[in-house]
Amino acid sequence: MKEIILIKLGEIVLKGLNRQSFEFALIRNLRRRLEPLGKFDIREAQSTIYVEPLQEGIDLEAAAERVGKVFGVIAFSRACMAEKNMDSILKTTVDYLRDELRTISSFKVESKRSDKHFPLKSPEISAAVGEYLLQQFPNLHVDVHNPDLEVRVEVRDFGAYIHGKALPGAGGIPVGTGGKAAILISGGIDSPVAAWQMARRGLELTAVHFASPPYTSERAEQKVVDLLQKVSEYAGRIFMFTVPFTKIQEEIRDKCPEEYFTLIMRRFMMRAAERIARKEGCSALITGESLGQVASQTLQAIVCTDAAAMMPVFRPLIGTDKSEIVAMARRIDTYDLSIQPYEDCCTVFTPKHPRTRPEMEKLLEAEAALDKEALLEDCVKRTTFRKITPYR
Amino acid sequence: MKEAYLDNSSTTRVCEPAAAKVMELMTENYGNPSSLHTLGFRAEQALTEARRNIAAALGAKEDEVFFTSGGTESNNLAIFGAAYARKRMGMHIVTTQIEHPSVTNAVRQLEKEGWEVTWLQPDREGHILPEAVQEAVRPDTTLVTMMAVNNEVGTILPLDAAAQAIAAKKAPALLHVDAVQGFGKLDLRPERRKIDLLSISAHKIHGPKGVGALYVRKGVRIAPRTFGGGQEHGMRPGTEGLPAIGGFGAAVKALPPVNEGLRQAEELAAICREKLLALPGVEFNSPEDALPYIVNFSVGAVRAETMLHFLAARGVYVSSGSACSKGKQSPVLEAMGLPRERIQAALRVSFSHLNTLEDVDALVEGVREGLASLAVKK
Repeated sequence: MKEIILIKLGEIVLKGLNRQSFEFALIRNLRRRLEPLGKFDIREAQSTIYVEPLQEGIDLEAAAERVGKVFGVIAFSRACMAEKNMDSILKTTVDYLRDELRTISSFKVESKRSDKHFPLKSPEISAAVGEYLLQQFPNLHVDVHNPDLEVRVEVRDFGAYIHGKALPGAGGIPVGTGGKAAILISGGIDSPVAAWQMARRGLELTAVHFASPPYTSERAEQKVVDLLQKVSEYAGRIFMFTVPFTKIQEEIRDKCPEEYFTLIMRRFMMRAAERIARKEGCSALITGESLGQVASQTLQAIVCTDAAAMMPVFRPLIGTDKSEIVAMARRIDTYDLSIQPYEDCCTVFTPKHPRTRPEMEKLLEAEAALDKEALLEDCVKRTTFRKITPYR
Repeated sequence: MKEAYLDNSSTTRVCEPAAAKVMELMTENYGNPSSLHTLGFRAEQALTEARRNIAAALGAKEDEVFFTSGGTESNNLAIFGAAYARKRMGMHIVTTQIEHPSVTNAVRQLEKEGWEVTWLQPDREGHILPEAVQEAVRPDTTLVTMMAVNNEVGTILPLDAAAQAIAAKKAPALLHVDAVQGFGKLDLRPERRKIDLLSISAHKIHGPKGVGALYVRKGVRIAPRTFGGGQEHGMRPGTEGLPAIGGFGAAVKALPPVNEGLRQAEELAAICREKLLALPGVEFNSPEDALPYIVNFSVGAVRAETMLHFLAARGVYVSSGSACSKGKQSPVLEAMGLPRERIQAALRVSFSHLNTLEDVDALVEGVREGLASLAVKK
């Protein structure tokens, strides 16, 4: 039995003249993700991408799991190839779906014939397959409204396919077709979700993390690595930059009013991230901010932090409720990592009463006590770097 | 004298990378994974790495792997943990008569506590029939516990039939698989085979003794047997035995791919069978379709123990029955309905990927000489 994966394309097909470049990017991303599992032939025909294993013993289950996380895939199914005659179609259907057919009680058959030279019409194919299955499995009856299993048979130009269940893909558009942006990531619940959302819109990711030893630990940094690892299963390779931030934070603590501490710190984060982002060829920053969630995410506070960056700052979660963010974090499997209780750079020296309605003038006044340029240059210079690849 | 170690189902020699890892975790990275400082962090990373290696080999997620002290503890945790957690849904257990004592005796204890148990009998070749499993599972069955591969004769048990029976009968049953003999030798990715709980042990795959793991499918809850400081998510608390755990992880990583190992074992088993068959009075107790890592045979009228010592004196190591039931008559061969003399003459040869054809030759030569000098001349 030769099994393959068939991929349905999402909004890519609406991209008009650019469609081809989107398809190329998708196929390239699929190749990269599947390569470690073995040799595959990946090609596009009739608005479907065919992923065909070229070696014996390839783990198609693992391949399917990976395909389900590549942006640009709207839906996919595993399918078994049959010869284009009814004998082969019937036999393959039974062989391929035997385990399921044995344990369920109702089914229906849905057929599609895009090769109009095939002698039977779609309803006739369905009827023949249905009748055969009823003969073979006495436990089964037909239920066209609420079947336990929908058996799908497709007769295409290259051959006939018996489908397993259709599964939803990750949606979105292929990573790399939208340029590159840098995510500011602390280790909380929000930033990995924000990164994932923007990658889903085709952005390639660079990550900037701020570490404050000895106030934060190696575990806090490892947590971010683990989070990015999860995100990379969707977004592909990510370069992670870790910025040593202790010195800046201590300077702010010593020289600025406590109530402005967090905001000034966040403005430094924006500036440092922007410097790294530029060097890396990014055109935007991404944060996990959600309006009103904490004192530094009120509208007035965001006005202040936003002013520190020249690049556009994407905040995909700005209008999202925490419970919705949590649901997304669970979906991409970052939630359990995010809630590990390690101190992160944002919670070091938190003021007792942070300003929720900061005034820009006072903020600038407070900031004037610091040698911005020297501090930034120093921390960027000491920044370390690592490459995070999916499925290490 | 060259050693031919052919008793790998009893235990294995620790491989180099595993031994090195154990050493490293005893003398350099000796921290407690729960400590906050750098040594603790490194120990935690070593723990995570081991867990990752094992999860990868099982096609599982890291948080589905719980470290234990070995196969026996994993089996006990799984069986009691599942039975107690599901007591209110039903008190019927399905198992077989050819399980390892750590399963048999755990289930017997539950039987004493009021559980009803269906003990499936093997056929004369040591097979458990899929139909028998399908018949045995009932709507009130809460646990089916079955080994992947029998440790004495190497028969492969019908795990898929058990999973299908549970689904078809809509039973609230967990499927536990004792994979101590099967891990690394068969494709046993539990998620794909609808296995809920799976026991494995390090020392059968060239890892250190005293460490094993239990796979618990995400979302499946079982009752812990030990209470303490919350390690292993409270499933099996106690400071992690990191040297052994690290060695386990390294040993798993060093295993050859399942298919490759299987092909090699097939070749060794085929030649071993062919050569033994040419000797007078040799009968095979492992059926043809057994996992090729295990070849169980009887040597005519010579008692197994006598032959075993004769072979050991020549540097050839095999076992009689299984090492756990030292001296006792094999309950598995008995359950297969074999005659007494044949059971008493039964030897088990078990391969690992480190064995060669030379080892097989040493065995065959030893048995030939043994038969010539030990057998009662008529």
